[in-house]
Amino acid sequence: MSILIDEKTTVVVQGITGNEGMFHTRQMVEYGTKVVAGVTPGKGGQKIDGVPVFNTVGEAAAKTGANASAIFVPPAFAADAILEAADSDISLIVCLTEGIPTLEMVTVRAYLREKGVNLIGPNTPGIISPGKCKIGVMAGYIHLPGTIGIISRSGTLTYEVVDQLTKKGIGQSTCVGIGGDQIIGLNFVDLLTMYERDPGTEAVIIIGEIGGTAEEEAAQFVQEHVHKPVLAFIAGLTAPSGRRMGHAGAIIAGGKGTAKEKMEVLGKAGVKVVKNPALIGEELERILKAVR
Amino acid sequence: MKVHEYQAKEILKSYGVPVPRGRVAETPEEAGRIAKEIGTETIVVKAQIHAGGRGKGGGVQVVHSAQQAQNAAKKILGMTLVTYQTGPAGRIVRKVLIEEGMEIEEELYLGMVVDRSEACPVIMASREGGVEIEKVAAESPEKIIKEWVSPVTGFRPFHPNKIGFGLGLGLAQVGKMRGILSGLYKAFIEKDCLLAEVNPLVLTKGGDLIALDAKMNLDDNGLFRHKDIAALRDLNEEDPLEIEASKYNLNYIKLDGNVGCMVNGAGLAMATMDIIKVAGADPANFLDVGGGATVEMVKNGFEILMSDPEVKVVFINIFGGILRCDTLAKGVTEAVREVKVSVPIVVRLEGTNVAEGRRILSESGLNFAVAIGMKDGAEKVAEALKRQ
Repeated sequence: MSILIDEKTTVVVQGITGNEGMFHTRQMVEYGTKVVAGVTPGKGGQKIDGVPVFNTVGEAAAKTGANASAIFVPPAFAADAILEAADSDISLIVCLTEGIPTLEMVTVRAYLREKGVNLIGPNTPGIISPGKCKIGVMAGYIHLPGTIGIISRSGTLTYEVVDQLTKKGIGQSTCVGIGGDQIIGLNFVDLLTMYERDPGTEAVIIIGEIGGTAEEEAAQFVQEHVHKPVLAFIAGLTAPSGRRMGHAGAIIAGGKGTAKEKMEVLGKAGVKVVKNPALIGEELERILKAVR
Repeated sequence: MKVHEYQAKEILKSYGVPVPRGRVAETPEEAGRIAKEIGTETIVVKAQIHAGGRGKGGGVQVVHSAQQAQNAAKKILGMTLVTYQTGPAGRIVRKVLIEEGMEIEEELYLGMVVDRSEACPVIMASREGGVEIEKVAAESPEKIIKEWVSPVTGFRPFHPNKIGFGLGLGLAQVGKMRGILSGLYKAFIEKDCLLAEVNPLVLTKGGDLIALDAKMNLDDNGLFRHKDIAALRDLNEEDPLEIEASKYNLNYIKLDGNVGCMVNGAGLAMATMDIIKVAGADPANFLDVGGGATVEMVKNGFEILMSDPEVKVVFINIFGGILRCDTLAKGVTEAVREVKVSVPIVVRLEGTNVAEGRRILSESGLNFAVAIGMKDGAEKVAEALKRQ
């Protein structure tokens, strides 16, 4: 099993005629994702690799039944693209775009809450249920179908962790990049809730980083509601205060949001905290042996 | 992006927030002239750098004549101001703000940030002004009033009422607070702020509320729609290597160690710094060439990395996903040939076409230590440092 996406998921790609959109549509189709439609306003009627292009998401959804969206739209137009997808009752929106103004996301989040729509990202590598469906830019082949859930604020660091697992023959149920921005859609707690309920997920890895309090909220949730083993790595133990470390959301502000603090809170909540990023696979293997 | 106090005050003033009369000066003579124009008995001369704690570092002086203001400006301009926020190297002061002095009855605090958990802006206010708000929040959080402003309602009259009366202000001051908060909120939203802070907001002996200091952090992601704000960027406040990196869309942050790092992706870059530390060494920088880095970006990144004289070993850690390792290996070898490198380089490649990538590195004739995995990479880095 998996969460959020599987072999039944049908995808509309917003911004399909752009370079990124076109390239990753091809990659997703090659992986086996059912990309049923694309959207670029003004380019309706065209086809990209056999995928029909529509002018609006509403039209694409009505004609193809797409239930998920992947957004490859430049930052200035991406918030609008999310709102359009939500307006068209797409149930899962994955926004890959990096650089959306934070205050735009404030409005977007309020509307998504009203519509009850799930958003992954923005500024995310996407989501993958190995062997079933991939909506995103991650290299599909490093993944292996299995029972580990991964939730991460990062991109390549997630690939690193997935690679460590796959090389040990440990597969993944679903891997979700929740995004590196300050304001994002689904967070650690939302996804932990889904993994806890998913019979196909045996254990969960959290890959957090400096900035904000999402990891602290996750810690409290794990303590109160999660029975499956949870392992965490927090990047940025050596990051200086007050500097934005690449991701818009990765900043220690006013001495708050340090990796040390997050590790302590997670550890107290019963989460296995791994300090060495090279040993995440080994630690998880140990945990699995103990519970199996 | 950070702006100077005088710039933040100009923005707030344009939104109707009262600020002291004053202007910025770049020479002592100009400072003297401005002080004369202001003509008040007390004049304040304030160093303009992108860091707090200026007063304690000697960057703020209160004087009583135009001549004294000129003398104070002469002392402050050109000085290297060291505060708890600048680090030991400090910052050179290039501008001073000359302002009228205030007769202060009380110092309050006003601030606004984006609350990440609630996904909306929050206004914070306190009667404990003039001190660091983090300190108040840690020691007596009950002294801070917080009002979240939903994007559905926007800013409404009840917000300042709750804050003003909540702080225990009198009716006249609550009225003034309404104007200030409305201006602060509008500036925050319209200019794409991540933080706007007035600390202190002073209550004068005459009963006025005035923004004595102001700080603003603007959202880099919003700059494309604010050419006026983008023009306020002060390159003197940034590290030259960081400016160079930003030209190539690279995220580079200078640190204190001697292991130069080049990594693709911000999370992996931070994790790489962390594992270097675990291995007993210290990173010289954070450098993210992007999750989907190109050969060109790798080359530019490498040049910037090598411009730091502190770098004694280089650790390149790339996880090639969509971007293939063979392409990356070619980029790295080209970069190393172009930039004269005299320090050991440890390369860890993983991902698509990794075998081919490693072959290119080892057959290049260049002096690479090829690492298998991050742990091996960090250990090879530490060993290379010990040998020096």
